Order: sequence, then C-alpha cells, then structure tokens
Amino acid sequence: MSIRHGLLALLERGPRYGSQLRTEFESRTGSTWPLNVGQVYTTLSRLERDGLVEQDGEDEAGHALYTITHAGRTELRVWFERPVDRTSPARDELAIKLAMAVGAPGVDIRDVIQSQRRHTVKAMQDYTRLKAQALTALESGAERERDDVAWLLVLEQLIFQTEAEARWLDHCEARLIRLSATAQQPGAVVASPAAPRRVPEPGGAASLPGGVRPGGLPPGGVTGPRRPAPPHRRR
Amino acid sequence: MSSSSRSPQQPVLQLQQLTRVHGSGATEVHALRGIDLDVFPGELVAVMGPSGSGKSTLLTIAGGLDVPSSGRVIVENTDITTADRKTLAALRRRSIGYVFQDYNLIPALTAAENIALPRELDGTSARKARREAITALEEMSLGHLADRFPDEMSGGQQQRVAIARALVGDRRLVLADEPTGALDSETGESVLALLRARCDGGAAGVLVTHEPRFAAWADRVVFLRDGAVVDQTVRSDADSLLTGRTAER
Repeated sequence: MSIRHGLLALLERGPRYGSQLRTEFESRTGSTWPLNVGQVYTTLSRLERDGLVEQDGEDEAGHALYTITHAGRTELRVWFERPVDRTSPARDELAIKLAMAVGAPGVDIRDVIQSQRRHTVKAMQDYTRLKAQALTALESGAERERDDVAWLLVLEQLIFQTEAEARWLDHCEARLIRLSATAQQPGAVVASPAAPRRVPEPGGAASLPGGVRPGGLPPGGVTGPRRPAPPHRRR
Repeated sequence: MSSSSRSPQQPVLQLQQLTRVHGSGATEVHALRGIDLDVFPGELVAVMGPSGSGKSTLLTIAGGLDVPSSGRVIVENTDITTADRKTLAALRRRSIGYVFQDYNLIPALTAAENIALPRELDGTSARKARREAITALEEMSLGHLADRFPDEMSGGQQQRVAIARALVGDRRLVLADEPTGALDSETGESVLALLRARCDGGAAGVLVTHEPRFAAWADRVVFLRDGAVVDQTVRSDADSLLTGRTAER
C-alpha cells in the first residue's frame, strides 16, 4: 500500500521519527493525501512487525527513531520496479452513478453529466492555478527543491486525472446523443418542426444527427431498441 | 483575481441577449439563443461546448466579424451592433485583438512588423509602432524574435507573437479561437500561460476551446449547448482546495 511504501522511501534517506515522516510525506505530495500521526505509527508498527523497519534509539529530543532494514530496502526496490496494479480497478463512484442513471426514472442523465462536468472543470481550474504557482516558484527558485518538483508531479497527475474525467463525460454525452438518434431512426426520420436542426459552426466539425432535442434525450432514448431495424432503403 | 477587485470596473465586453439565426423558414438554424456574458478587465473566460454549440459564432460576433440577429455587443462602452462602419472598423483596430488556431501572421513581415502593422494602419508613426511592437515582444520575453519571419519561427513562437499583436497598443480585449489547436500539448500550455499572464496584467480574454486542460487556465468556464449557456464555473480560492474548504463564489 502506498503509505507503507511511502514511509519506506522516506526512511531510506535516514532514520526518522513518526511526526517527521508525516511532515515529509505531506510536503512531498503537497498535502494531497493528508496523514494523521496515528496512521503513521500504525503503519510503522506493521512495518516493524514485518521486519521492514526497526526502532533505532531516540534523537536528542527523545523521539523514537525508526530505520529501514535490509528487507525493507528490498521491499522498496521491488515496489519501484513493479507497476501499480490496474487490473482490478478501484470502485469509481462517478462510473457507478452514470451506470445507474441510464434509464433511471426521473433522472436526466445529461444533467448528471453537466453538473459533474462543471465540478470537474472547476477542480481543474484550481489545480491549474496551483500548478502555475508551483511553476513560478520553481522557475524563480535558485535551486530546484526536491519537494517542489514532487509536488508539481502530483498536481499534474491531478490535472490529467480530472482532464480524463472531463473528456470521458463529453464522450458519454455524445455517445448518448448518438444512441438516442439511432434508436429513433427506424422508419422515417421525422424531425418535428419544433426540434431545431443543428448545423456545424463555421469551421466546426460535422453536425449532430437531426431531430435531437436540445433539452435532453428523447424519452426512452437510451433504453430503446439496441439493434434498430435497418432504415428502409429504396431498391 | 478576486471579484472584489474587478466588480467596480466596467466590463470590456458585454454580450446582451445575443441571438444568431442562420437561414429562414424550414432551414432556420438558431446558432445562438439569448446569450448574456460580461468579461471584465483582468478576466479570462473560456467557452466550451460540443461542436455546433455556438462557441465560434459567439466569438465572431463578439469581435464584430459577424452580426447578431438580435441583442447587443458592447465593446469598451460602444455598441458595435449599431455603430457605423467607420466606428466599427476603428474599434476593431484599436480595441479588439484576435488569436486564431493558424496564427494568421503575415508571412512577408517580421514578428515586429506584424505587430506594428495594425498600429500603423491606425495612424501611428512607423517608428513609434515599431517601438511599441518591440516593447510588446520584450514584455513577453520574445524580444529575440523581433526580426524573424513567420517561417523562421516555431508554431508556438508564432502563436505567442499573435498574442502580442492581439494586445498591442491600447487593446484590452483578446478573442482566441482554439489558439492551441495546432500546437503540441506542452507548447499549447505555455501559450495559455502567456494568455493568462496578459489577462492578469489587465486584459480581458475570451478563449474558445474544446480542451478542458486549456480551459482550466481561465477564471471562468462557460458551457454552451445548442446556442445557450447551460452552466458556468468560477474559480475558487485554490489555496483552500486541498484542505477541503473550497468556497463557491
């Protein structure tokens, strides 16, 4: 687990005590994943139990110092070499929410998507501002502090992650529109006069299928037939 | 950019109940349906939305390159929808800068000449216009590009020069249509950082983009769908973000 290995990585640089480890972990990751001292000591005692760290006297202020063992270094090296497991994805609340929103009565899935998009883009704005500050600090600093660089990498990870989410949301919306349009297609395509046709903006990409209502998906759109009969063709 | 610092100021750009209808009768298309938007000095606003949502139409009308079917476009206190041709042309030269995806620098002119040209057309002496151009470039740490021709510059450099041109002289409004579209992601980011810095310096910017990562440089992100604003974000106090005290403004 990441706290365990994070602490091992910090201890590899020399003996440390509990709250010192917490401070260093947080300054390396910009307090993105705050630790409490209790977590640190629990983790340390597990590491000690597993023979990866050991207690090694006290500093002058009386803090119990921990040091990494040979087994601990081996464990750390293996951790750096082994890719993080992606085969059993963590539960994602948003993916579950959208999966549940498909066809849910009384739920406009486009509203769910839009409110998430707004929230996600806003988080990106904030991360981006922090990143701009971090870049300025790095550029103006005489030397590049290891913690500043580490913090920048963590921030950029957050930006990429939120970006992926925003793109996925755009994709979901487009996908649902396409699916509802195909679901409507069997037989003649009747665009009601009230339904505005969309056209590409000057220089824009291809237009969306006609007849898509601006306000949301047509009722039953995404729950409609999966394989609509092929459109009637002459000859 | 705190709201308190800009609220007493007049918006540089105001869009009021803007509509744009293409065609008529059966082929009538509503590209914009009643858009209201104010952009203040020091503010960068990003406009996002799927293609066909009206983003580019909005920008073209805001810049006086197209006319709305109804509504008002007020740039620096002048309603450009009712202004006569001469006023409009002067306003476009003096107040509005454009940045396009494909840079649009004039190939036969150097970076400095490209920036000086709109000023010279506006009656500024060649010498003064050149001096302004050099200053504009230097402010953006681009002084070394002054005598280069567009084909001697990278895409990212050309786009930075285009931003300098957009904001030369007294111009305070920059309208950017997918300015990062032709750039790799890192260069795109540095162009955005520059645009951001120019807005921090007092310009007002409107950025049309479909890239959330670039929109995230803005103070405000406006979402368009089917020609209407469906939602928008404001920037929170970033320092409180990671401690969970994010406040909506």
